[in-house]
Amino acid sequence: MTYQADEKGYYGEFGGAYIPEMLYPNVEELRQQYIQIMQEESFQKEFKDLLKDYVGRPTPLYFASRLSEKYNTKIYLKREDLCHTGAHKINNTIGQILMAKRLGKNRVIAETGAGQHGVATATVCALMGIECIVYMGEIDIDRQAPNVARMKMLGATVIPAKSGSRTLKDATNEAIRDWINNPVDTHYIIGSVVGPHPYPDMVARFQSVISEEIKSQLLEKEGREAPDYVVACVGGGSNAAGIYYHYLDNPEVGIIAVEAAGKGVLTGESAATSALGKEGIIHGSKTLLMQSPDGQITEPYSISAGLDYPGIGPMHANLFRSGRAEFISITDADAMKAGQELAKLEGIIPAIETSHALAIFEDRKFKKDDIVVLNLSGRGDKDLSTYIEYFNL
Amino acid sequence: MNRIKSKLQESKKLLSIYFTAGYPQIDDTVSIIEDLEKNGVDMIEIGLPFSDPLADGPTIQESSTKALKNGMTTEKLFQQLKDIRKTVKIPLIIMGYFNPMLQYGVEEFCKKCEEIGIDGLIIPDLPVDVYSEKYQAIFEKHKLINVFLITPQTSEERIGFIDSVSNGFIYMVSSASVTGATSGFGTETKDYFKRISKMNLKNPQIVGFGISDKQSFKEATEYSNGAIIGSAYIKHLTKNGVGKNSNFVKTIR
Repeated sequence: MTYQADEKGYYGEFGGAYIPEMLYPNVEELRQQYIQIMQEESFQKEFKDLLKDYVGRPTPLYFASRLSEKYNTKIYLKREDLCHTGAHKINNTIGQILMAKRLGKNRVIAETGAGQHGVATATVCALMGIECIVYMGEIDIDRQAPNVARMKMLGATVIPAKSGSRTLKDATNEAIRDWINNPVDTHYIIGSVVGPHPYPDMVARFQSVISEEIKSQLLEKEGREAPDYVVACVGGGSNAAGIYYHYLDNPEVGIIAVEAAGKGVLTGESAATSALGKEGIIHGSKTLLMQSPDGQITEPYSISAGLDYPGIGPMHANLFRSGRAEFISITDADAMKAGQELAKLEGIIPAIETSHALAIFEDRKFKKDDIVVLNLSGRGDKDLSTYIEYFNL
Repeated sequence: MNRIKSKLQESKKLLSIYFTAGYPQIDDTVSIIEDLEKNGVDMIEIGLPFSDPLADGPTIQESSTKALKNGMTTEKLFQQLKDIRKTVKIPLIIMGYFNPMLQYGVEEFCKKCEEIGIDGLIIPDLPVDVYSEKYQAIFEKHKLINVFLITPQTSEERIGFIDSVSNGFIYMVSSASVTGATSGFGTETKDYFKRISKMNLKNPQIVGFGISDKQSFKEATEYSNGAIIGSAYIKHLTKNGVGKNSNFVKTIR
């Protein structure tokens, strides 16, 4: 029994590639080659060198002593917020830009919600001198102006997605349409463990550096490779896939996934997909998604743009359905409180996405000697205006 | 015999029209179909609207959004079509994305189609391999023809596979694009039409995407059995409303 993807990209009953024929040649080319390319020695060397010298890896595994004291357990924070560009997203974009180069592509497209993945993509495209087009919902462009400016400064073209609800879901649709219109020279860098096979597996492999590092870091600090729990927030679920990856098939490690409850799971303004979603197809993947009884995809809501997605990656859908992972949903208010608390107790201002994961300690109790590793997936700089408004700072 | 198959045996270039059910008004479905048939259209694709139509350009997207706002649902469409075979003889195909069908229940959906007299389905995001593995038997049980797409990038090997699974016609996408993106065909596209024509496939081909007027219809059907017009017709409906179909069909042939 494994919780990894099988050869056809299925995690249990979830995953696969439900794509229009127009996308088939591109997706098939990638599917046939991604594992082979990733295993090439030259690829591995270039990937690892860039992660070390450009991204700043390994990121620290930090023992949060005051937070641990408050919640009477042992909490380690995996400091992905210290990566270049401020979040784990760049692990994947470095991997995928090297993949694009080896596939001979000279044009890159991406979707972005809050702009973090867009910035990480624009960054690696600048680094490699490759044309970069980022699709972003018109509404998100308005509310994330600093990230739009960053992408432009990095040389990317930002195209507003004006269809549907004009947010992340629609930006993804537009990126897919661009790929249909440009089937030969373009690589699509998806930002999360979503989309048709092989994307969920490929992105998870690039993010798996997170748990790979934790194994050796924890061995050094605690004399063991495996913690009792790994915790991460889940929107699409790429930072979660990264911290779970090497522990998925180790039943002694508890997996905790934290979703955004928005204003409350039952308020109609929520992004808690495991609680509200049903099996269906979104962006080429069979997974759990929020939809009307008629199969129309509905709009999620969360204060955090990175968790504001109506589906979850197929890996996580399977972890939920099989009972392998424990799913917890956290409201806007509890997340904001936890973000404030981390700032005051540990001197770290987290991204609001990450604040959701931090908020579980209020109700979810752990034993005193449990080792809990939480993925501090991003820093809060991008969220300052939301924090300022919320707390009247 | 299935109406699509007998229609394909007629010695003429078929004109097929796509429209989005529930657009411009929720109750326009039946009158659009009846009027198109009256004006000599050979086959109709009834679009079941979806919130996230990945393969469609702005025109069909906007019509889908409007149709959903108007209150169109799968059940509503089936109700509207309940008596359609009392008046309409030409082949009718439902074209839609897979998720609404999955939620309705694939078996139940197919059963409803058979009861109404729907002849086939086009589901752009249901790949041929998943279809042949999981759903082919259900479609065949309910006498539905499933239509697959090919593009200029589809390999000969895959076209062969698609031809072997198909039992009506092959939907030949004219260029690498979403719907409504191009107009007129270049040399490269014509070479592609010729290349496919020379493959002597078991299933006839009907061209879609990029056909909007007399000229493009003529070019698209030079090496194929017919062509499908979608976005250009939706634009016509937006401008003129229902009931002026004779003007539209006359401009094509």
